[in-house]
Amino acid sequence: MTAFAHHFSFEFRIGIRNRQLLFLMYMFPLVFYLFMGILFAEIDPLFGERLVPAMVVFTILAATLLGMPDSLVKAREDGIYRSYKINGVPSTSILAIPALTTMLHTAIVSLIIIVTAPLLFDAHLPTDWVSFAAVFVAVAFASAGLGLLIGVVAPNSRSTVLLSQLVFLPSMLLAGLTIPLSQLPEAFLSISRLLPATHGMNAFNGLAMGLAADFEPWASVVVLLIGGLFSFALASYLFSWDSQNSTRRGHPLLAILALVPYFVGILLI
Amino acid sequence: MTEPMIEVRDFRKTYGDFTAVDGISFAVNRGEIFGLLGPNGAGKTSTLESLEGLREPNGGELRISEVDPTREPRKLRNVIGVQLQTSGLPESITVNEAMEFFCAYHGVPANYELLDRLGLSEKRKTQYHQLSTGQQRRLSLALAIAHEPAVLIMDEPTAGLDVATRVELHKIMREQQAKGTTIVLATHDMAEAEEMADQIAILLKGKIVARGTPMEITATGAGMTKVSVRTQESSLFDDGVEFPAVTSSSSKEAYRIFFTTDIGPTVAGIIEYAESHNDPLIDLRVERPSLEDRFLEITTDGGAA
Repeated sequence: MTAFAHHFSFEFRIGIRNRQLLFLMYMFPLVFYLFMGILFAEIDPLFGERLVPAMVVFTILAATLLGMPDSLVKAREDGIYRSYKINGVPSTSILAIPALTTMLHTAIVSLIIIVTAPLLFDAHLPTDWVSFAAVFVAVAFASAGLGLLIGVVAPNSRSTVLLSQLVFLPSMLLAGLTIPLSQLPEAFLSISRLLPATHGMNAFNGLAMGLAADFEPWASVVVLLIGGLFSFALASYLFSWDSQNSTRRGHPLLAILALVPYFVGILLI
Repeated sequence: MTEPMIEVRDFRKTYGDFTAVDGISFAVNRGEIFGLLGPNGAGKTSTLESLEGLREPNGGELRISEVDPTREPRKLRNVIGVQLQTSGLPESITVNEAMEFFCAYHGVPANYELLDRLGLSEKRKTQYHQLSTGQQRRLSLALAIAHEPAVLIMDEPTAGLDVATRVELHKIMREQQAKGTTIVLATHDMAEAEEMADQIAILLKGKIVARGTPMEITATGAGMTKVSVRTQESSLFDDGVEFPAVTSSSSKEAYRIFFTTDIGPTVAGIIEYAESHNDPLIDLRVERPSLEDRFLEITTDGGAA
């Protein structure tokens, strides 16, 4: 097995062994999914149409924004990156492998949701599975990129929570997960398009679920992919092995550049 | 024939206006154990981290087995092994996974035999955070030497360990030394440095203030040699007993204790006195100043000694 394969293998297993990661990547999204399924089946019969994409996006957000960044910060603070650097583990592996394993964990949880949602809540399944998979990858890629960037620039665990919530909470309210975008006040629509989750829901609805998209769904996929690339590139540039996070190549505020593709999206779409 | 494995010339490391290391030079030969001592903030960590390729020097030259740690990081990783003071491992990684992971990145097969030799055979499936401190240190050492590096850097390897584990780790260090591995040992434990190191450098405020073998360093101090004597009739307790080169004396239990600047005349005088008073010697102990005494002497007077 190659070094990359060994690294991927144990990082994936750590996601299950670590209680905090297990909770944020598996328990939290699944319990929330059951709660939402029960609640919205009563108050919004149409929620079944978007239950699967909404809960898949929620799963991705929980894992990539709440689970991954804190584990990155903790690893840095514990001197794990220092040890990795000494032993020749490249920074690209340090960043890419947690992102990939997190995406794999979210894929597993998403599968559980896809299999159980029609049985439990009479939820609609995707009409185009290939597009569903493509949009899933795009959303997970964009969101994992943001999670990595937060983990790289956050000076400590407390700041990680704050930075993660800056993306996670607006996503819950404004991205169309619980309230359709069409029901949002006009003033919030532009803000919502700064969020990967909004583009994710729009692309899922328009390309995979056979529902009406709020704006061009392929454009959402493009924004997500470019946003993900920006985030990964910035995370790689700003990455520091130093447990004090004091030796990096650029100012942490450069991380804001990750929003550029989303701003451009607001202007062009 | 001596072959320098580590060469440090006029090495400087600064952080903004603060100079952590101020132009130090030293060389370590193949198969030597080199003790790097100093109080906190003396520049030990900056020196080690620069040798490990983690920090870029602000001046001077560093070479490990002719490899420049800053410019040739890929070559460096197979030349050095580092036993870190802190874990450097994810808490839920198992012993086997850690061995497989680090060996894979060094391009060598996992060395499970080493885990057995270090007493970790029954802990192979145990997660890192479930190991005792001693087991964690042994794993850290196993990972550091699994790829058989030419240079082993150890940062406080026995801090917080029980006596048995400490002795065991020292034995492994000696085995590595016998194989020709050069060891850099940073420690606060003076007894460990005195016992293990062939050469020692004491760092203070970024400069080397003492260098040599442990014997050479302790011999250059102003510390007194302590002579403790016990005789059958306790004649040395009589008033007015004096010996050459003795600067002060005291007593403890049945022992008379003399502090001398010149051991030979003092001991000769004591023996002659006891014989002349028909008072047979029961015990005579000579204790030269320890490395710890010398270290304290150097570090408390700012390196002027």
